[in-house]
Amino acid sequence: MLYTISIKYFLILSTLMFFSGVAGFIIRKNLITILMSVELMLNAVNINFLVFNRYLYPDQLQGHFFSLFIVAIAAAEASVAIALIINIYRRFNTIMVNKVDEMKY
Amino acid sequence: MGLTEILTMSHELALIAALIILLISEIFSDEKSKYKFIPLAFALILGAGVVGLIFGKTGIIFGGMYQNDALRMAMKLILDLATLIVFLQSTEWIKHPHNKNRVLEFYLLVFATLIGMNFMISSGDFLMFYLGLELATIPIAALAAFDRLKNNSAEAGIKLILSSALSTGLLLYGLSMIYGTTGSIYFSEIKELITLNSLSMLGMIFFITGMAFKISLAPFHFWTADVYQGSPIAVTSYLSVVSKGAAIFIFTFVLYNVFGATSAIWTQILVMLSVITMTIGNLFALRQQNLKRFLAYSSIAQAGFIMLGILGQSAIGMGSVIYFLLIYIFSNLGAFGVVAIISAQTGKETIADYRGLYATNPKLSLALMLALFSLAGIPPVAGFFGKLFLFNAAASQGYYWLLFVAVVNATISLYYYLLPVKAMFIEKTDSPIATFKAKPYMALSVAICMVGLVVTGFASVIFEYLVSVSSGL
Repeated sequence: MLYTISIKYFLILSTLMFFSGVAGFIIRKNLITILMSVELMLNAVNINFLVFNRYLYPDQLQGHFFSLFIVAIAAAEASVAIALIINIYRRFNTIMVNKVDEMKY
Repeated sequence: MGLTEILTMSHELALIAALIILLISEIFSDEKSKYKFIPLAFALILGAGVVGLIFGKTGIIFGGMYQNDALRMAMKLILDLATLIVFLQSTEWIKHPHNKNRVLEFYLLVFATLIGMNFMISSGDFLMFYLGLELATIPIAALAAFDRLKNNSAEAGIKLILSSALSTGLLLYGLSMIYGTTGSIYFSEIKELITLNSLSMLGMIFFITGMAFKISLAPFHFWTADVYQGSPIAVTSYLSVVSKGAAIFIFTFVLYNVFGATSAIWTQILVMLSVITMTIGNLFALRQQNLKRFLAYSSIAQAGFIMLGILGQSAIGMGSVIYFLLIYIFSNLGAFGVVAIISAQTGKETIADYRGLYATNPKLSLALMLALFSLAGIPPVAGFFGKLFLFNAAASQGYYWLLFVAVVNATISLYYYLLPVKAMFIEKTDSPIATFKAKPYMALSVAICMVGLVVTGFASVIFEYLVSVSSGL
């Protein structure tokens, strides 16, 4: 059933996800939203790995395992990032990036 | 797989054992014995280096995921030495009352990142590479935010974790494309299978972009200055030499041994990155007053010079990159050591504060002068030889106009490296930093750097050894 959907639609989806993540990272001002944008990028990568594995190399599992590791490490990264965001909130009483700018140039 | 094969990764096993010993000793420590961790950490890092030197052997295990050879072993020992110097320099800062209950955490996080870097250096496929990279990156963000009561430190931590997360995303997106075109994540298989088509080239460009973030090449360098200024000095020096050195090593290795067939493309990218990085790093360094920020821009410019060695595409190119990294460790840690000593004693960090330092603290002034001369590349110290071999490697491939740009940039850098020297030796002030005696551990770290600066420059055997174990394209 899966194969009735062509691979290119999956790739279009992952490309859109990835670049909306990049755009969100640059445009958004809230630290939590920036973190969400990064997660969106990593999930786009996961879709890429899984789709390439399923469609082009169905006899191996490297892409599947890579995506599993990405999920696990993204969780670790998010937990450290959220801890640092809480730290920012305690110091600055805000999590908007345009207010966290003591060091410049 | 037997026990003898496991011993191929004896260096990493020793570091993991050191981490566990530190964790267990935390259980048996009380309020008063906290500072006993400091010499324990020195002993453990030394022990790990010795174990790696004695039991380390070359080989490929875990089906090609992990590989070890003479060059990687040398690189791991260089990183151990740099970490030991950073530990020596951090003693005064870690003894500060603010860090009373967190002495062990600093060492644990540093050991964790070092394990990650060792696995990254020894990786034989992109999965191991990615795991090592993340293990080396995530704890460093916690280290950058270590001074919890300082706003700048919190800002540095969040900037580091978010930019490294972005760069990891870019890097992985590139890797997924390379997997799509070649169907493998192993270095040795990709090397055979990679061809010049648009998808694999896009993947390679994303990979180079992600790595350029990690080694702070312009135009991906915006996080560097803020993170270096905000972090505690010990963490800044660790970031600027150890994690940067490991990333540059694996970047060179992957470019040569995975993307070797497509070198026509990546050499053009590296030439552009190198020119932009050297120029931007130097021009921004000109106007810095804070010494940590000054050294951050100087380290960006140095990364641009290192790209010249990678462009050599030969065993001499690779050897000159590693040799330059060794010298860069000594010169940068020497400079950071003096800054750390003065900052721990007086809390002063700007160039203007160093006026008249030679009259009150001549030894520290001479050490800082030697380190800055080495960074600038003035002949008697090792930095000159490092730059010479990098330029030589680029010249062997005919990049003459790039060399011209590099020489112009080296001249510009001479100006700003001499600014602190001028402040220390020539400028007068009514209230110079008072005479004081540096703490023994900190003085020892600077002394090691000074000896290293002189010895690595004149002992040609080091460079010859590194070239003999390197491999080219």
